[in-house]
Amino acid sequence: MQLTGAEITIKCLQEEGVEYVFGYPGGAVLFIYDALFQQDKVKHVLVRHEQAAVHAADGYSRSTDKVGVALVTSGPGLTNAVTGIATAYMDSIPMVVISGQVPTSYIGEDAFQEVDAVGITRPCVKHNFLVKDVKDLAITLKKAFYLAKSGRPGPVLVDIPKDVSNQKTEFNYPETVSIRSYSPVTQGDAEHIKQAAQLLLNAKRPMVYAGGGVILSDAAQPLYDLVKLLGFPVTNTLMGLGGHPATDKQNLGMLGMHGTYEANLAMQDCDVLLAVGARFDDRVIGNVGHFNSVPRKIIHIDIDPASISKRVKVDVPIVGDVKHVLVDLLKVLHAIKQKPDAVALQAWWKQIDTWRSRKSLTYKNSDEVIKPQFVIEKLYEITRGEAFVTSDVGQHQMWAAQYYKFDKPRQWINSGGLGTMGFGLPAAMGVQLAHPNATVACVTGEGSIQMNIQELSTCKQYNIPVKIIALNNRYLGMVRQWQEFFHGNRYSHSYMDALPDFVKLAQAYGHVGILVEKPSDVEGALKEAFARKDELVFLDFRTDSTENVYPMVPGGKGLSEVILAEDL
Amino acid sequence: MRHIISLLMENETGALSRVAGLFSARGYNIESLTVAPTEDTTMSRMTIVTHGSDEVIEQINKQLNKLVDVIAVMDLSDGEHIERELMLLKVRAEGDAREEFKRITDIFRGRIIDVSGTSYTIELTGSGSKLDNFLKAIDHDLIIETVRTGASGIGCGERILKL
Repeated sequence: MQLTGAEITIKCLQEEGVEYVFGYPGGAVLFIYDALFQQDKVKHVLVRHEQAAVHAADGYSRSTDKVGVALVTSGPGLTNAVTGIATAYMDSIPMVVISGQVPTSYIGEDAFQEVDAVGITRPCVKHNFLVKDVKDLAITLKKAFYLAKSGRPGPVLVDIPKDVSNQKTEFNYPETVSIRSYSPVTQGDAEHIKQAAQLLLNAKRPMVYAGGGVILSDAAQPLYDLVKLLGFPVTNTLMGLGGHPATDKQNLGMLGMHGTYEANLAMQDCDVLLAVGARFDDRVIGNVGHFNSVPRKIIHIDIDPASISKRVKVDVPIVGDVKHVLVDLLKVLHAIKQKPDAVALQAWWKQIDTWRSRKSLTYKNSDEVIKPQFVIEKLYEITRGEAFVTSDVGQHQMWAAQYYKFDKPRQWINSGGLGTMGFGLPAAMGVQLAHPNATVACVTGEGSIQMNIQELSTCKQYNIPVKIIALNNRYLGMVRQWQEFFHGNRYSHSYMDALPDFVKLAQAYGHVGILVEKPSDVEGALKEAFARKDELVFLDFRTDSTENVYPMVPGGKGLSEVILAEDL
Repeated sequence: MRHIISLLMENETGALSRVAGLFSARGYNIESLTVAPTEDTTMSRMTIVTHGSDEVIEQINKQLNKLVDVIAVMDLSDGEHIERELMLLKVRAEGDAREEFKRITDIFRGRIIDVSGTSYTIELTGSGSKLDNFLKAIDHDLIIETVRTGASGIGCGERILKL
């Protein structure tokens, strides 16, 4: 059957089982939008800004393990999408972004709404394509989905010139595709897995450090089994929260710049470290030299060889899908008769409990002013720990990560790598559409929410009842905190003056807004908001403007050079 | 340390910019880069000369392998290999210098490939250091222009980079 490029594009999305496309129309994608109009299998969500389209596709993907799809027009449509694409790239999120391009005969002539989409996105995509011939379109889209999802996942851009979307060709969607230059490894090397097992069993002060790779490869169960089998302590990165239940006693909490005292010190002092789907980034281990000053053996499991021995030299590298490798490692551990060194392990736990007794997440609550940590604790209670929580970037993100105990993977959705303000609300839209009956909360600040606040309009159009938990402290809080600590209290442009009345703003968009100013009103307001199941509620919590996030490992410092809250 | 890295990649538009972009984005150094299609025109072969510590070179190899268009990567400096570079050089050749250039070109096994009343164009192939030595051996003031291709490399014997 002869189909146009536009029809082929939509057919391919149908074949891939795509449920939602998040997008914004424009000149170069008119044929594609026309084809979209003439079917009802693939649903389109019209956002208010292309950045939000990509974040929504991203949130959809993070909460489901499916490939997120966004559709934008050429020129500014594409450039607006770039922040979203880079966000997904940094966190390895599988995504296909389809962009329109000016007609092939105009390319290079500085045509209206022309940008070099492939060139602009090259450093922030897993791969990208410009489709110059309609005959290549179906196979290219097949490759795009395959690349996005396999190996280390990531966003793939397919740029389709307007004339290509209007030309006709025979449509055949290939069942499978192989790319000769691309063959990601899944199984880990058996010999290295054996070495790893032996190292773990001989460890005196072992530690398991689990990152976002555990979530991406759906490896939470084998990770749990491993941690339980060995009785080892485990810590999750910001990206890995939910990869091991936060309420499990063996979980020391999040590590890193704002990690718990016990997680960071155990990470620093362990003698055998098992890194699983994590990448030793600067916000996790701080100063590399300081980290390396303690001798320890490191086993590193990761799908991406380039993540291994990038910042920290590794002793036992295991390249492979985290889930496969953990399952194999468990088999080997079961086969070896040896048990972990119980005496050493007991002493190690004793040490960890000493660190834990510092209770590094303690904060001083108040009857006068709302403490942001208190809001998150109440949010956790009222949603019984079962909500999907998206966040923006800054202090509120860290408090959400610290005080909401995530027990399941894919529950916590945040921009960890790129740190993109404006991520939270559109991501929450994607999550809610993927899980219509779930409770979805977007924890944000008055700075971040304004970076994509126009999406309140999208939420109205599609009845997306997310709950916005705005911790409004009238400051760009994390910037203010750094200025307090490292820039002599000179709060250069980190305040927020002339804030809108968020309650009225929510109402103007057709939603419910609630202002909360007193600690005693926090619980009631949250209950009311979550009782309104079918409505978007914007909760404007006026929180303590001077509160800081503790513990804190200052940038460039080592994990044990931590600043604790004053009274600890 | 200096490394010479050979890679096979898809002969597609943009493939070169992916490699060049990788080097600039990650702050790796490129001393020279040569590329041309192979006997199978769907593939290109590239030779990159770079400098870096062992850790940096390891990352370069891994990051190159990660590029979807890259089919295979080999660090030629890991074993026995041959490298050659072509230099074309135009020199002012008048009076005594004409004979002198002829003589030195012969010593270096180069060839004079174009002659005018006042100049010679010399073709010289060899390792980079041989070309450097040639330049050192002649009077600098007489050089009009030089063009060098950068190194191309191939493994010795059974060291083969093929699909």
